Amino acid sequence: MRPPSYWPFVVPALVVVLAIIIFPWVFTIWMSLNEWKVGSPTTFVGLSNYLRLTSDPRFLEAVGHTLVYTVLSVLLPLVLGTLAAVVFHQKFAGRGFLRGVFIMPMMATPVAIALVWTMMFHPQLGVLNYLLSLVGIPPQLWVFHPATVIPSLVLVETWQWTPLVMLIVLGGLAAIPTEPYESAQIDGASFWQVFRFITLPLIMPFLFIAGMIRMIDAVKSFDIIFAITQGGPGSASETINIYLYSVAFTYYDLGYGSAIAVVFFLLIVALAAVMLYARQRMLWTEIASGA
Amino acid sequence: MNPRQIIGRIGLWFAVFVIVSPAILFFLWMLSLSLKFEVDNAAYPPVFIPEHFAWKNYADVLASNRFLTYFINSLVVTGSATALALLVGVPAGYGIARMAAHKSAIVILIARITPGLSYLIPLFLLFQWLGLLGTLVPQIIIHLVVTVPIVIWIMIGYFETTPLELEEAALIDGATRWQVFRHVALPIARPGIAVAFILAVIFSWNNFVFGIVLAGRETRTLPVAVYNMISFDQLSWGPLAAAALIVTFPVLLLTVLAQRQIVAGLTAGAVKGG
Repeated sequence: MRPPSYWPFVVPALVVVLAIIIFPWVFTIWMSLNEWKVGSPTTFVGLSNYLRLTSDPRFLEAVGHTLVYTVLSVLLPLVLGTLAAVVFHQKFAGRGFLRGVFIMPMMATPVAIALVWTMMFHPQLGVLNYLLSLVGIPPQLWVFHPATVIPSLVLVETWQWTPLVMLIVLGGLAAIPTEPYESAQIDGASFWQVFRFITLPLIMPFLFIAGMIRMIDAVKSFDIIFAITQGGPGSASETINIYLYSVAFTYYDLGYGSAIAVVFFLLIVALAAVMLYARQRMLWTEIASGA
Repeated sequence: MNPRQIIGRIGLWFAVFVIVSPAILFFLWMLSLSLKFEVDNAAYPPVFIPEHFAWKNYADVLASNRFLTYFINSLVVTGSATALALLVGVPAGYGIARMAAHKSAIVILIARITPGLSYLIPLFLLFQWLGLLGTLVPQIIIHLVVTVPIVIWIMIGYFETTPLELEEAALIDGATRWQVFRHVALPIARPGIAVAFILAVIFSWNNFVFGIVLAGRETRTLPVAVYNMISFDQLSWGPLAAAALIVTFPVLLLTVLAQRQIVAGLTAGAVKGG
């Protein structure tokens, strides 16, 4: 007798996934091939929405902002999160509780946090300029100036998401065997040497995963940017996601918005592919050099 | 302890202090803002601990009848989206783990990569055609985009680690697959379900992008309501900070109380929706 299958367990979820994930994707691709505005008749226009993207200065500018924002929002949490993980890997009293406190920024409601950061960024009344004045740095305009708005938003993003990198790297540190450390201690290696030549290579796979997840989230970042600047001042912090929002839900140009959504998704996949490729190259170089 | 160890200890505590302070100081400052009258919030240099606490900031937020509506909306949306996700996601995670259908995880991966706004364009139209805008149904359905992948992903991971022997024994004794799932697998998986539940609740409660598009005046969830307050009372920081703290307080409490489950879930799946 053939054993009954497990399919019945999966079917309800499959229906839900088809309805809310697969269907929207197929429909988005179809919409992107149409001139589709709320309140006017739709017409099939082929790839012209995609062609329009290539000469849309606001879109191209948004791609640039997204890339700068993403690179900074991957690198900073990666460095700080690794340092934090090395500290949390030690044993000390109250570690569990403090780890809970440390991850609060990533679990807290982003809009609520954005609101408080907006107050902190305030050029006259904000606490950040007061703190700068204590160490003799002149007041900044933070999110209210085109040159500093993206770094300021990255500051919030870093504050928020460093804990996730910490958790992933902490998992990696827990998996490292103790023998290499014991022999390094016998050989009299310094703290830095131990970190550079033992810890870092062993946690590389975890850093890679953390970097990948961070990249995916940073590219898509919406709540913080939207709630603090809405892409401003002017369009200085308008990322692809923010621009997509305006096109689709301020101008209700749904066909063009769908084209942006498709290109946006492909961009994320491409970035992930580049990271995977770089990782493979690194592994091969390591093997080739006998490290 | 020799002097070197003592220096090491002090160094460690200093490092811990430096690492944790951005989080602690931020939330203390949030608390401080929410408990100050306008005079103190507009003072320079800033006042950290006011002479008089403005408890009325909280009273004002809680007393407005709109707040109660939005709170109930948030409860209904998050509650329904989480319950539905557990209902379909826990069995699915079980089935996928037992069939070792790892390729199906690609769908979860796509869901993880897709920006939340891409779901909104087609589903917004769909809800409009169905005449559902103006009710909470669209938000409940679209929050499944967040909660279902979280639950399935965590449950696959969890069921893969639970022992098969008991289930096989039950099958040999003539139990059906459903009975095995219901009476053997499910009770063992309770800690995994707790993790999935907690993360689904938090990420659904926090979600902003779906509400900003789909919610009308009567159907706002708390994050959207707080965002709308920014545009209206830009100048009174006290009530605004109080509202922000009230919205995020349940999540913060859950984070500290259930930090072990949250850490386990996040390191297993590193999930986040939207």
